[in-house]
Amino acid sequence: MKSLEELKKIKDKTKKKTNTEKDTSLTRILVGMSTCGISAGAKPVFDEFNTLIKDKELKDISVTSVGCLGECSIEPMVEVYQNDKRYTYCEVNKEKAQKIFDEHIVNGNVVEDYLIGQYRK
Amino acid sequence: MAKVAKSLNEIKSFPKQTRIALRNCGLIDPSNIDEYIARDGYFALGDILKNKSPKDVVNEIKESGLRGRGGGGFPTGLKWELTAKEKSDRKYIICNADEGDPGAFMDRSILEGDPHSVLEAMAIAGYAIGANQGYVYVRIEYPRAIKRLKAAIKQAREYELLGENIFGSGFSFNIDLRLGAGAFVCGEETALIASIEGERGMSRNKPPYPAQKGLWGYPTCINNVETLANVSAIFNMGAKEFAKIGTENSKGTKVFALAGNINNIGLIEVPMGTTLREIVYDIGDGIDGGKAFKAVQTGGPSGGVITEEHLDTPIDYESLKEIGSMMGSGGMIILDEDDDMVKISKFYLDFTQDESCGKCTPCRIGTKRLYETLEKLIDMNGTPEDLEMLEYLAKSVQKTSLCGLGQSAPNPVLSTLKYFRDEYEAYANRTKRTAYFIEEDVCIGCTKCAQVCPVDCIEGEVKKPHVIDPEECIACGACYDVCPVDAILKP
Repeated sequence: MKSLEELKKIKDKTKKKTNTEKDTSLTRILVGMSTCGISAGAKPVFDEFNTLIKDKELKDISVTSVGCLGECSIEPMVEVYQNDKRYTYCEVNKEKAQKIFDEHIVNGNVVEDYLIGQYRK
Repeated sequence: MAKVAKSLNEIKSFPKQTRIALRNCGLIDPSNIDEYIARDGYFALGDILKNKSPKDVVNEIKESGLRGRGGGGFPTGLKWELTAKEKSDRKYIICNADEGDPGAFMDRSILEGDPHSVLEAMAIAGYAIGANQGYVYVRIEYPRAIKRLKAAIKQAREYELLGENIFGSGFSFNIDLRLGAGAFVCGEETALIASIEGERGMSRNKPPYPAQKGLWGYPTCINNVETLANVSAIFNMGAKEFAKIGTENSKGTKVFALAGNINNIGLIEVPMGTTLREIVYDIGDGIDGGKAFKAVQTGGPSGGVITEEHLDTPIDYESLKEIGSMMGSGGMIILDEDDDMVKISKFYLDFTQDESCGKCTPCRIGTKRLYETLEKLIDMNGTPEDLEMLEYLAKSVQKTSLCGLGQSAPNPVLSTLKYFRDEYEAYANRTKRTAYFIEEDVCIGCTKCAQVCPVDCIEGEVKKPHVIDPEECIACGACYDVCPVDAILKP
């Protein structure tokens, strides 16, 4: 890295791929995969989302493993970012991941039963 | 149906938190440096190397009021200044990632969720103090943190954010990992240095301080993971803005690992000055199972307990010390009415006597004797004299031990003695009930307790008061849970 401009280019390029700017058509699925998440079973959930996306040949959607969100007792946690909207699903397992994928990602209906509001005030 | 919180930022505890050290955790892919850069990563380093002198950097950290998050609370800017002042052709910066308090996982989460924030801060610190080499001392018990740190260092080198002539500034800086075997004492600066040098992890006398004579005899600055995770955020938001958060003498935020008997177990980051009551009841959502709050244990084996009467204490370094506990690295264990404080003390002393490096006598033998005395009390073999001896010995170990481990090891005992002396006295006077007990005039003789007792130690005729044999009772609590009229008293 030689200059701040060079750094800024990477920032702008990555922001398009990762950020939740309003005009993006990208859907982002984040799976908490620190030691806490993985020990609660996040790995199969992460793999399931990747498999489902591959099977359906969906575009403009990404699955990312991220660090700990802090709510250790309701892991594995999955966050879905769409435009400026953010949804946090808790205690996700493989079956719940399938349901979130089918109903929310594919059909656009949020799965209220698994949302964080059911677990936290 | 009531509106359901859709995301993390809509739940009740969210507005109480301020995320600085954890700003990227859970939001970026820690294995992708581009995502860190997209959230302004390495811009602080770039700006500093292009536009600021090392002295500017030290002054800005001093102005921010940042203090060591490992527990001691030493002003970070001053630490950097002291190391910067030393004249030497070689200096080192070390990141202390030897997190060892039982129940604490703040540093692990930062290293696993946002490793670049630590690496960037080490480079900034290196520039400020005049070091070209940094080490992250991390315990081998954190394999995932090690893996992610290794990957992050590799990527930073590929981008030339570590290495020679960073940002064309002429400043060169490298970081390597040094793995510890998981000894608690290696979190102490001088023992940590000994461990990196390949020696046995034992502390030594100070002075000389590491800033004067540290790793291989060269000036060394050691900062904790969370402290470093704050650094680039301070430069990005400005030291003045950072100093607006918190209390007069404790600026910024603190990450806590909430554990024990609390509803929302997890990792939180709150501004200094937040009260314990807010943490326990608003963020933690109170005690699990509706039990009564008894105390919060902070600071792990070096800390003490905070009771109901001090729940409204605003959290900062000084106020926690005043009430006999300490900030510590951030472990916070919530205890409820059923927790036995003497047994809690014994748990911590078991830990410290095991982790004592053995170099100095007060710690090596003192902690062992403290542990044995607690054991004697709990086994109902103690006397009131033992209690006096316990207190005297605890104070002696505190005063005469060589390093922080021994000096703070008696804290759990002294702090619980101060607030829960009656529990110790019940053991010392042998009036402590060890078995459950049925109140004769309340019992309706329903036989439920006798049916569930796993050791068949409850006897009585139907519709007549039952009796528990205290010799046989294993204090499992099964009878207590089934009694329909609350006739059973806990030990």
